[in-house]
Amino acid sequence: MAINIADARHVADLARLDLTEQELATYTEQLNQILDYAQELEQVNTDKVEPTYHSVAAGTALREDKAVDFPNQAGILRNGPEVSGTSFVVPRIL
Amino acid sequence: MTEYETIIGLEIHTHLKTKSKMFCACSTEFGQPPNSNICPVCTGQPGALPVLNKEAVSLAIRCGLALNCTINKKSVFARKNYFYPDLPKAYQISQFDLPITQAGFVQLPLPDGTEKRVGITRAHLEEDAGKLVHQGAEGIEGATASHVDFNRSSVPLLEIVSEPDLRSAEEARAYLDKIKSILQYAEVSEANMEEGKLRCDANVSIRPVGQKEFGVKVEIKNMNSFRAVERAIKIEVERQKQVLAAGQKVVQETRSYDEAAGRTVSMRGKEESHDYRYFPEPDLLPLLIDDAWVAQVKQDLPELAEQRVKRYQEAYGISAYDARVLTLDKAVADFFDAAARLYGGDKKTIVNWLTTDVLGYLKNENLELGQTKLTPPQLVEMLGLIDNQTISGKIAKDLLVKILQTGASAQKLVEQGGLRQITDEGELQKIIQEILAAHPKQLEQYRSGKTALKGYFVGETMRRTKGQASPPLVNQLLDRLLA
Repeated sequence: MAINIADARHVADLARLDLTEQELATYTEQLNQILDYAQELEQVNTDKVEPTYHSVAAGTALREDKAVDFPNQAGILRNGPEVSGTSFVVPRIL
Repeated sequence: MTEYETIIGLEIHTHLKTKSKMFCACSTEFGQPPNSNICPVCTGQPGALPVLNKEAVSLAIRCGLALNCTINKKSVFARKNYFYPDLPKAYQISQFDLPITQAGFVQLPLPDGTEKRVGITRAHLEEDAGKLVHQGAEGIEGATASHVDFNRSSVPLLEIVSEPDLRSAEEARAYLDKIKSILQYAEVSEANMEEGKLRCDANVSIRPVGQKEFGVKVEIKNMNSFRAVERAIKIEVERQKQVLAAGQKVVQETRSYDEAAGRTVSMRGKEESHDYRYFPEPDLLPLLIDDAWVAQVKQDLPELAEQRVKRYQEAYGISAYDARVLTLDKAVADFFDAAARLYGGDKKTIVNWLTTDVLGYLKNENLELGQTKLTPPQLVEMLGLIDNQTISGKIAKDLLVKILQTGASAQKLVEQGGLRQITDEGELQKIIQEILAAHPKQLEQYRSGKTALKGYFVGETMRRTKGQASPPLVNQLLDRLLA
């Protein structure tokens, strides 16, 4: 299944990437190369193989439900471009 | 004129009652100053990694069991990708093709005395987003900027997705009531919509009666109360009928419910955001749940509504339908248990008074039982007065309303011949104006769209007037003064 320029543009839009026509052409070609490579794998019969969700074969670690304050919340606020009181401020959405 | 059938499926998000967030140790406490419960994980700082909260998993298992779902031994977290200012990582950690629980059902009591089985497609774990407060306008429309508070970011949620089994707005409401009840019995969540601990989106479509295929579905968002869900669905169904009657086609889209205007409005541009590009969350390994864990949760499960239904049927000979109505709200069932212990007569008498008069009153006044002054001893005292023929059942109906409002004893009310009600409009208007002036913060929140706060003002007014204000008049005056 090959993808075309329109597919590449759609994916770029979803990722908020502003690409030139030249870049779109380049990435369309590269994405197709990746898909071609993945297609080779489809030749292998995987009917009886369980899907791999993670490269590490184990269960996830779990935390006890204990609330602990993070000591440097002011530092996190400083990472925001604009702050009012203790709220982050973002430009108009609509 | 074509007859249409309505098809509804609901997606309910409920907070899980944990002390800390889903993937970090920040507190989940509600109502704290903005960004006082944040850390690198729940604000998406580079390099921060999530670690799953064990209690959130236990509560999800508990809820799954209460919804008659299968608990999956292996489930997988996935990234749901979209850009929005309340989502600091630009993806939400959710579950996609392998949720923690699936394939369950609930039994709904219907007004005609029958029951309906509604399928639960799945209930999956995910994290909540932050909260936005818009500046310079009442809502997002026309706002000049927005303030972001990440206290809610990454609070554990369970999303419960129903099958498209509901056929009317009333059934959707009954389903919501049932789910809320289950969440409360299982002690999984406080499940109150006011604090945003329960939220609901509705998928609505219509099709000509007899047609097998579903019609085009519309997703409705922004419904702030159970009543709003019921109304929004009715309004949307009417809109779709009109679209079809005009020879047009219903468009698949997301629409926002505007309670003040009584309509649904298209959320343009939302279509593209449905392309979420889910993929397995690389920062979390699959969640593995063994039989011992499920058995432990089962053992710790509180008495659920269905078990109480059985107990009431067996111990008191109450019909399955009445028992379900009685157990819908855990507070009502607890009230019944207390009253049944005190009352020497036929317990079905209590059932009748609770299910018809008390619940009818609560529905009309849009109140919870806990917001009234009625206690089990008072109800039993009143029933005693009927039993010894001091009062007629008809007079008791009026007395009950007064007890609900004032908490006075039935005996005293009978002796005094009633209590004065404030029905003077001028007097009441003055009181309400004082209350509104004393609560500028709630008033501002109400005007910026948190219309559920009307109940808060009703409560304040009733408290100030010691329950003597006439509730219909309070509602009427509030509608006028809040407009």
